[in-house]
Amino acid sequence: METLLNDFSPGLFVVSLILLLALIALMVKFAWKPILNSLEERESGIENALAAAENARKEMQNLQADNAKLLKEARVERDAMMKEARDITDNMIAVAKEDAKEVTTKLIENAQASIQQEKQAAIAELKKNVAELSIGIAESVIKKELSNKTEQLELVQGILKDVTLN
Amino acid sequence: MKIAQKTIKFLLIASITFFTSVGFASGSDKKHDNQNDGGRINTKEEVETYILHHIKDSHDFSLFSYTSDEGERKHIGFPLPIIIWSSEGLVSFMSSEFHHNDDGQVIVEKNGLKFAKIHSKIYEIDKGATSVSFDETHHATNAHKLLDFSITKSVVGILLIGFLLLFWFSRLAKQYKTKQVPTGFARVLEPLVLYVRDEIARPNIGEKHYRRFTGYLLTVFFFIWILNLAGLTPLGFNVTGQLAVTGCLAIFTLVIYTVSGNKEYWMHMIWMPGVPMLIRPVLAIIELAGALIIKPFSLLVRLFANISAGHIVVMSLIAIMFTLKESLGVVGATGLSLVLSFFITLIEVLVAFLQAYIFTMLSALFIGMAVADHSEAH
Repeated sequence: METLLNDFSPGLFVVSLILLLALIALMVKFAWKPILNSLEERESGIENALAAAENARKEMQNLQADNAKLLKEARVERDAMMKEARDITDNMIAVAKEDAKEVTTKLIENAQASIQQEKQAAIAELKKNVAELSIGIAESVIKKELSNKTEQLELVQGILKDVTLN
Repeated sequence: MKIAQKTIKFLLIASITFFTSVGFASGSDKKHDNQNDGGRINTKEEVETYILHHIKDSHDFSLFSYTSDEGERKHIGFPLPIIIWSSEGLVSFMSSEFHHNDDGQVIVEKNGLKFAKIHSKIYEIDKGATSVSFDETHHATNAHKLLDFSITKSVVGILLIGFLLLFWFSRLAKQYKTKQVPTGFARVLEPLVLYVRDEIARPNIGEKHYRRFTGYLLTVFFFIWILNLAGLTPLGFNVTGQLAVTGCLAIFTLVIYTVSGNKEYWMHMIWMPGVPMLIRPVLAIIELAGALIIKPFSLLVRLFANISAGHIVVMSLIAIMFTLKESLGVVGATGLSLVLSFFITLIEVLVAFLQAYIFTMLSALFIGMAVADHSEAH
């Protein structure tokens, strides 16, 4: 202990006190302050960058989710539109069919009616012809009646042969 | 360009070394140095005194010494200025005037006063006396110690390392102006700064206050660490093994935590809440003694003792070369000494860091205790 105290140099103590104070002051001013400031700046910069990246990632995710949602909605809409279109066409086809049927039945009816008319007319014509023919025959028969029986028969036969029921 | 710069630097250093050493060497003096075998150190006692001499501060910067062919002891190194506060004011002269004498034989006369150097201390010899006389315990009877503001080897070490730290870290600071990540040597320094900030200052002082004290802690950490390492080089600084220097550092820490202690800190120290009234004064004495004496004392003694012990051990192991020469032979003693001192030096490199870490860590802890918020303290 005595040698320790003997070794202690008050002069060196004073000198080193001054030098160390100066050193601490200079180091703080010229080294530690700027270093610590820039380190902190850099750290906060990194932190911000990381946070920004995280935000961007989240935004991206949101965007993607939105896109998927939009896509889904579009698909649903498209399906609905297609269904509607199909319905409309089906409907149109059905209506057209109905119309066509109506038209044809009307046409058929008309045709039948005109056929009927033609038939009636033809029958009337036939009846008239037959009547005229019968009258003619009867006239001729009456004219030739008395000359020959056989001849009469031959005549009738001949007339009947000529007559073609047109 | 770079090579040219290096060459210039080398030439500069070489020329400085050459001139100073020549000047210094020519100052060596047969008359006073050759009391014991030309200053050679061979016996155990000589080794012991040499080591004890080494761990003390020194007034000159000696690199090595040898005995020339003429039997003259030559010292290679730098003389350093001596500045003392004598009975007639400041006196200064170069340490070379003592011619490496350390036992009061060489007397330097300045301003009509006589000075002698005894065991690395400058003494002023009382008026009328012409030489120092000693009593039986080798204490000077007619001379007294002086307040010594000399630029001693330790002061040179502080200045050198101080400038080195300033240079390194101001360059690191400048690098941040232009780039985010430093390059070159500064890249090595950055993680160290971050280490001190994030592992020492921040956890011990707390997120709220650490910023104020980080500058001090960083300075102390690098100052102690680099000086410890410098002490392991052949330059042989023993700055952190000087009680005056470690005392300075400890007092800084003491002042910082005493000044910045908050109300709760003083409350707990002087009038501890939650204990019986009668015990409070007793506790206050213990707490005050702990805070004002024991804490700084432990800081200063721990660093001083560890570094001094390291120097003593390394030098003792080197001295095995001489002390065990007879029993192991030259080769055996040298080999043993080399192996042992190599490993101890490795350990000392670790200790150099560890002591810097512990000093800074404990400083941070003490400061943290003083500024902690009440809720944090429990």
